[in-house]
Amino acid sequence: MSDANKISIIVLSDKREQLQMAAMIASVGAVSGNEVLVFLSMNALRYFARGSDIHAPAEGPVGELIDAKNVPPFKTLFEQAVSLGDAKIHPCSMAMDLLGLEHGQLEDYVGEAMGLTMFLDAAQGGQVWSF
Amino acid sequence: MAEKKIIDARGSFCSGPLMELIAGIKMVEIGDEIEVLSTDKGSAAEIPQWIKKVGHELIGTREEAGIWYVNIRRTK
Repeated sequence: MSDANKISIIVLSDKREQLQMAAMIASVGAVSGNEVLVFLSMNALRYFARGSDIHAPAEGPVGELIDAKNVPPFKTLFEQAVSLGDAKIHPCSMAMDLLGLEHGQLEDYVGEAMGLTMFLDAAQGGQVWSF
Repeated sequence: MAEKKIIDARGSFCSGPLMELIAGIKMVEIGDEIEVLSTDKGSAAEIPQWIKKVGHELIGTREEAGIWYVNIRRTK
């Protein structure tokens, strides 16, 4: 995959629309031959605690429609990005420390904690998206 | 003899039908045909673009009574 496009996605928000768009770019990007890295930090991370079904609040009317209609949940899309597209999802080590989370407490498709030095190195030369 | 697999993604919104197709395409043999049923207009446009990007064969797309039928052949 050395000739693949690199797409790095920083996910910070706890809002439904932001999480949904990040998950869509991650999943479609990953299944289209891109090398996708997702970096989970700040208020987004707690949703990825194992088995978490915390409700992500909508920012506006479209977020409410996402709830009401049959849109794939953002966690399902992130999981498919990994299972179908070989994306890599890593939690930010700072957010892990602040929340007191260990690797084993996160969903199976989320990898080891990653620090900023490693993330910046991995993201270098590719597209970077932030939500 | 190539077989045809139906993926019924009616009622699902973007990017659900595409992701269902991608999961399904791994389950069929090279040369097999898949027909995706979708009620989401965006997905009916998105799926052919994905096919072109990754290099499978788009057999055709048609709409009947609000349902899009997208036919694909797995080529690799």
